[in-house]
Amino acid sequence: MMQGRVAWMVFACVLGALGLAVLGICVGSVGFENVMRPLLSPELDPQGTALAQQIVWEIRLPRTLGAWAAGALLGLAGAVAQGVFRNPLADPYLLGSAAGASLGVALALAVLGGSAGMLGGSMMQSGVAVSVFSSNLMVRLGLTGAAFVGAVLAVLLTLALSSGVGHTLRLLLAGVVVGVVLGAMTHLVLLLSPDSLQAMQAFMLGSTAFVGWTAVGLMALVWLVCAVAAWLLARVLDGLSLGDATALSLGLPVAPMRAALVAVLALATGTAVAQTGLIAFVGLAAPHLVRSVVKTTHGPLMLLASLVGGVLLLAADILARGLIAPQELPVGVLTAVLGGGYLLWLMHRGPARAGAAT
Amino acid sequence: MTCKSTALHTVSLLPAGLLRLVTGFGLVCALLSGVAAHAVQIVDDRGVTVTLPAVPQRIVSILPSLTETVCELGHCSRLVGVDRYSNFPASVQKLPQVGGGLDPNVEAIVALRPDVVLMAKSSRVGERLEALGVKVVALEPKTHADVQRVMLKIGQLLEVADAQRIWRAIDAGVSAAAQSIPAAARGTRVYFEVNQGPYAASESSFMGETLTRLGAKNIVPAALGPFPKLNPEYIVRANPDVIMIGQRSAEGLQTRPGWQSLRALREQRVCLFPSDEADMLVRPGPRMAEAARLMAKCLETKSPHAAAHPEPAKARP
Repeated sequence: MMQGRVAWMVFACVLGALGLAVLGICVGSVGFENVMRPLLSPELDPQGTALAQQIVWEIRLPRTLGAWAAGALLGLAGAVAQGVFRNPLADPYLLGSAAGASLGVALALAVLGGSAGMLGGSMMQSGVAVSVFSSNLMVRLGLTGAAFVGAVLAVLLTLALSSGVGHTLRLLLAGVVVGVVLGAMTHLVLLLSPDSLQAMQAFMLGSTAFVGWTAVGLMALVWLVCAVAAWLLARVLDGLSLGDATALSLGLPVAPMRAALVAVLALATGTAVAQTGLIAFVGLAAPHLVRSVVKTTHGPLMLLASLVGGVLLLAADILARGLIAPQELPVGVLTAVLGGGYLLWLMHRGPARAGAAT
Repeated sequence: MTCKSTALHTVSLLPAGLLRLVTGFGLVCALLSGVAAHAVQIVDDRGVTVTLPAVPQRIVSILPSLTETVCELGHCSRLVGVDRYSNFPASVQKLPQVGGGLDPNVEAIVALRPDVVLMAKSSRVGERLEALGVKVVALEPKTHADVQRVMLKIGQLLEVADAQRIWRAIDAGVSAAAQSIPAAARGTRVYFEVNQGPYAASESSFMGETLTRLGAKNIVPAALGPFPKLNPEYIVRANPDVIMIGQRSAEGLQTRPGWQSLRALREQRVCLFPSDEADMLVRPGPRMAEAARLMAKCLETKSPHAAAHPEPAKARP
């Protein structure tokens, strides 16, 4: 029965993602347009076809896939976090990993000479200009690396401050403290290197505008690694959900597997954050959405949360592109509003089912 | 005080023929006394009437364009402190810095004992400074018209008699820059990027106004607001003739998804402005004629139309 529902939900997510991908290819700077016509019948208007091909192939397709991949990474990270910390409120952001990733990116920008916009600070400094949304592979890897290191260190700091994952309240408070302190440090770094300010601002709001094939490749690779790792480690999460003692008595190597899961969490969050900036609530909402539909073990849960996260962010990205075209809304703003609204609804829809959902 | 009032009394008593002579005397008086000790009153952009007991001698400016305006009006020596972004003219770089326009150091400003603080309307430090007894004039230069208004306001504040003439010279400079552009390069379609959001400068921005006066066509219409965050696809679709961008933001322009086929990038019709030039372009201040010349030079050298018809530019000033 549950197996059937899981299969059904995987099917629905894949179908939804495909449908949204087609929609994503059709929504751009002119709002919705039917690109199939120029693409499929080039003889009508060769120039229009060339433009449509270029826009679809070089811009919209990588962007669409990138939004899905980033959402999938965040959804996966959310499910892993909620499993590892046995806490329905655990979210890549609540544990400070996003704040850590931001600090990492801010430091990298400051060191590498973050590129400023023309309206921003104008201190004269020579150095390589680095953009958060650069397509250069080396720069992307550098920023991803910085975001990853920042995310890992922040999660470790949170764990150290809360002395383990045993106390839910302590863990959350430590996460809040780490988030606030690292956020303040990020602002301090930006104050000292005002050149990075504008690049950073774009980063904080989140954007998929310049996601190219490089970024898509990187995110897809990391997603594959993380998803496989999470699948292999799912057993320990199932064990852990019965408590540490039970998990140990089942003969599971709890400590190393938990460390591995934290690494997966940090890698997934760090990669998504480095490519698309801070996009809130996807990681928190996706696992809840899955649990409200199907109750299952951690393996399928993490996979499903990842698929749902991809669909959520893809939908948000299409809205961000389409609502006020040719202008764009920062996608992070949309996910925060939509995800926040969903969680509120989940909280208030009645005590009977709220327990089941969380 | 006595010098001035004597002059005024004399004016009312003397026949009109001597008026010019007497006015001259009054001016000499003012110059001799150094401090023109009479109240100055102006209405700033908040709509607040600011009354100063005398023409300000110690000025703190926390907005680069206001710093430049004070200097352009010939009173650079009265500046005693500036914000960290004020970097022109070079002499202001030696002045004490009092933080940034949005995060100024109130204590540092007060310690400089300024007669007046010039700041942007958007800066929130005004109320705090006023509560501490510091006079504040908030001005918000954003457009070409604002540059004129702000210049005349500061001229009034500092009692600069020829502020109007200085403005006219700047305005004439912009017109001259527009004249210098070959006729063929008019109507060149330009994309001006201020920041990789990508945020563009539309027709209604300060840079957009300069471009319009130069006869260029901005691909971003005024209806989108001065600095819209665009879908990068919009630029690919518009396929501008020339791209103007700050050198620091230009990294990776070629490798942005889908951009390598942009005509401007393929034919290298991109004007990269180093940060000192970029400052000039984006600051609504007295260097707008120089900014117009920079853009005119860019259009002249990079416009595909100008290159296609290599006729020499007509009558250059």
